[in-house]
Amino acid sequence: MCFATGARRNCHGTACRRSPPAAACRASNRSGELRPDAGGALLVALPIASAQSIFDPASPATESILNLAVLVFAVIGLIFVVVEGVLFYCVWRFRDPHPAPPDNPSAAAAGPELVEPPQAYGSRAIEVAWTAAPTLIVLFLTLSITRTLWEVEAAVPATAPDDNALYVTVTGRQWWWEYTYETYNGRKLGFITANELHIPLSDADQPRPTYLTLESADVCHSFWVPRLGGKMDLIPGRTNELLLETTEAGLFLGQCAEYCGAQHAHMLIRVIVDTPQEFESWLENQQRPAVDDPDVRTGRDAFLSESCVSCHRVRGTPAKGSYAPDLTHLMSRETLASGMIANDPDNLRRWVRDPQSIKPDCLMPAFGLTDQQQEQIVRYLETLR
Amino acid sequence: MSLAQPSHTQGHAAPHTAAGENWAGWLHGWTTTVDHKRIGIMYVLMSLVFLVIGGCEAMLMRWQLAMPNNDVLGPEAFNQLFTMHGTTMVFFVGMPILIGAGNYLVPLMIGARDMAFPRMNAFGFWITLFGGLVVYFSFATGGAPAIGWFAYAPLTEHTFARSAATDFWAVGLIISGIGTITAAVNFIATILGMRARGMTLGRLPFFVWTMLWTAVQMLIAIPPLTAALVMILLDRQLNAHFFDVSNGGSAYLWQHLFWFFGHPEVYILILPVFGIISEVIPVFSRKVLFGYEFMAAATMAIVFISLGVWAHHMFCVGMNRTLDLYFAAASLLVSIPTGIKFFNWLATMYGGRIRFASPMLFAYGFLSMFLIGGLTGIMLAAAPFDFQLSDSYFVVGHFHWVLIGGTLFGTIAGIYYWYPKVAGRMMSERLAKWHFWLLYIGFMLTFGPMHISGMLGMPRRIYTYGPETGWTLWNQLATLGAVVQAPSYLIFIYNLVVSLKKGKPAGDNPWDAWTLEWSTTSPPSSYNFEETPTVHSRRPLWDLQHPDDPDWLYE
Ligand code: HEC
Ligand SMILES: [Cu+2]
Ligand SMILES: [Cu+2]
Repeated sequence: MCFATGARRNCHGTACRRSPPAAACRASNRSGELRPDAGGALLVALPIASAQSIFDPASPATESILNLAVLVFAVIGLIFVVVEGVLFYCVWRFRDPHPAPPDNPSAAAAGPELVEPPQAYGSRAIEVAWTAAPTLIVLFLTLSITRTLWEVEAAVPATAPDDNALYVTVTGRQWWWEYTYETYNGRKLGFITANELHIPLSDADQPRPTYLTLESADVCHSFWVPRLGGKMDLIPGRTNELLLETTEAGLFLGQCAEYCGAQHAHMLIRVIVDTPQEFESWLENQQRPAVDDPDVRTGRDAFLSESCVSCHRVRGTPAKGSYAPDLTHLMSRETLASGMIANDPDNLRRWVRDPQSIKPDCLMPAFGLTDQQQEQIVRYLETLR
Repeated sequence: MSLAQPSHTQGHAAPHTAAGENWAGWLHGWTTTVDHKRIGIMYVLMSLVFLVIGGCEAMLMRWQLAMPNNDVLGPEAFNQLFTMHGTTMVFFVGMPILIGAGNYLVPLMIGARDMAFPRMNAFGFWITLFGGLVVYFSFATGGAPAIGWFAYAPLTEHTFARSAATDFWAVGLIISGIGTITAAVNFIATILGMRARGMTLGRLPFFVWTMLWTAVQMLIAIPPLTAALVMILLDRQLNAHFFDVSNGGSAYLWQHLFWFFGHPEVYILILPVFGIISEVIPVFSRKVLFGYEFMAAATMAIVFISLGVWAHHMFCVGMNRTLDLYFAAASLLVSIPTGIKFFNWLATMYGGRIRFASPMLFAYGFLSMFLIGGLTGIMLAAAPFDFQLSDSYFVVGHFHWVLIGGTLFGTIAGIYYWYPKVAGRMMSERLAKWHFWLLYIGFMLTFGPMHISGMLGMPRRIYTYGPETGWTLWNQLATLGAVVQAPSYLIFIYNLVVSLKKGKPAGDNPWDAWTLEWSTTSPPSSYNFEETPTVHSRRPLWDLQHPDDPDWLYE
């Protein structure tokens, strides 16, 4: 069963990841080579390609959901054909052969002179039959649903040494994502990053599951990366869990799926699946405090003297805000503003000058910095690799 | 009966002449009336006005979504629009138009002279209208609420929704909820207490049976909503903490309270339509309704089962698999009685002589489309599948399929069917055909593509999307569909207005139908019937026409 989108092949690999992400990477899907499945070719002929399609599963959970989906499609497809068929048959076969003239719909009304068709008041046997048929279908569907539910909603084990598992706490915030890396392989991590979630690649003989603990700091959100998993809500006051696991490296896109206020549309999700080696070196870098480059001291001082520090954190500096995305390794991210724009010098400058012009109503105001301050701060931010 | 009320026949057969004579008297007559027929008409007119308003809101949203990264509206306006569109269509179009139809028809169909509590009836209408105005008054605070029609906490808390718009929204819904409750009480009392001689509960016209159970649903579903809305107001105005998590409240609680109302609500919006369809199909197929008892039992089954399925709107909140399974299975159960209804309608058509006059055309629209909405509902009820579909555009496609393909098509079938009774004149069949085909095609074109964009990962309620998502085409098709649909509503309204004067006189029983409302004049006099009729079966007029072969021999 494959509704290939072509997205799978093209969207991983470093080449693609280096380029300005969301836009460029997703756009390249379309022109890229297609998987040679018949079904895929057919459906790609329709513009049904999307990096967020549920028809292109890349994890055990989404595969098992798609299996259920196909089954449900088949069942309702059958019901659809049969019932619409009977309806059309009735409409065709039993339409009045002498219809009323259009300006006088009631003219052909069967007056006493026109004989009415035979009246059938009902039949117990028939009723029982068409109660039993849907009941059997419901029973069948319920059993299939049960099987899939038990496959998809796996219990989350506690962390243990050498478990090859990653534990991350995801905090939904208006309108970005905070990721707190708890442990990997039983090792304590304890750093915080934002908006781009790196997870390790599983392979056939060594699963490397990622367990997400989902929480919200403000309103309800929902974490949805269609190729990796179904939705799971982030509800203030509740803790939810979600398993991500895939044997496919690369970039996976998603976005917040529960309306959460003004910028709900730009609360995009990026999951980057790294090979274990890549992942280890990424971890290593993230765990380090921010680089302290003497060339940008003035920029650093400008940053630290602005109100930036009351919202943002840069580990290793006095900036300890916890309200906004952690900037310690800002430049290790491909995008800004929760996947909205590519993280390039131009965009960074535009963002620091006036975030509202990019993401209206977002919770970072414009500060009216002088050109010089802005330039210094941006130059400092650019060293935060 | 109000003393100041002018004679009824004059009242709505030719309101304009009455207006010419005495404009103030005419206005006074309508505003002080306690006649169930006038109240019913006002309910329907109010709903049509709100339908146009809600439709304009929808057109604006389709305009914004027609291009990726479009900025004709921006997030604030867009978020207000979908909140008001949903609220309007559910509370001020769907419910009142059905309550209005019930108000007009139930007494006529059971051979009564009015509803059981005429004054309360008038009160119910005016307060529903007032509630709608209060909700719309929120615009005066500088913008409507931007919370979505199901207003998930804590987005409704003062922290996140600072303007008074949310308060007006909640107050307006509480007020109109009072109207709904009075209507429900009135329907139950009328149907249980005021039936014509011989009309046992088993001989109720099917529409009346469904109105009875709709009223029961309303009585059960509206109070939890009202309570929850009061809790919002307490939180916002008096610093209570029902939904304020940082002070020990629960955001999750809101979802349960809301959907405990919200799911039965969808049956409030469809059960009366089942009733309408069950009147139209037999008359235009020239056959008695097949399996009346099973249809009646299926209605009750739907009411009871649907009280226990609300959390299928919450499969992604992380309940646990046992609860997920329960709510999935319970939701699937609803499809059994619904299927029974469907099969019985088809069996009624089978072997008939079907006349495709406007009511039947729309009934056909209902049958062919509601089936699809029901089937996509099965997809959503399959809990793990819903983990993908929930809160995506697929859901938007699904519920519009049910609410337009089901509720709207069915209601319009009813309007074409009973208009001759209400106005004394026929509507134009030629315009009705234009109306039907534009709506039918435009509707499929609007909401079909939404199923696809949803499965391609497009969440609902986003004010824009990027071109790289692959959703552009589907959104453009949807917008095109909206453009095709829009004129159909104008044609309909034009038809309603023009036929009032120009339509062919209808006579008492233009469709040759069988229920009591067709035995009195069109429009009926203010007292409905000169003498209370006596009935012996479910189709009293059939018995009159076929004295040698009456229904009561077979029922
Ligand atoms: C009132 C709190 C606040 C202050 C003060 C603030 N920011 Fe922000 N900042 C935010 C929020 C909230 C976001 C996330 C916006 C979004 O994506 O919706 C953000 C995002 C950012 C980002 C993008 C991060 C990412 O990974 O997407 C950068 C860079 C940034 N801010 C820099 C600054 C600088 C430089 C200053 C000082 C001039 C500053 N901020 C001051 C709240 C603040
Ligand atoms: Cu969100
Ligand atoms: Cu529901």
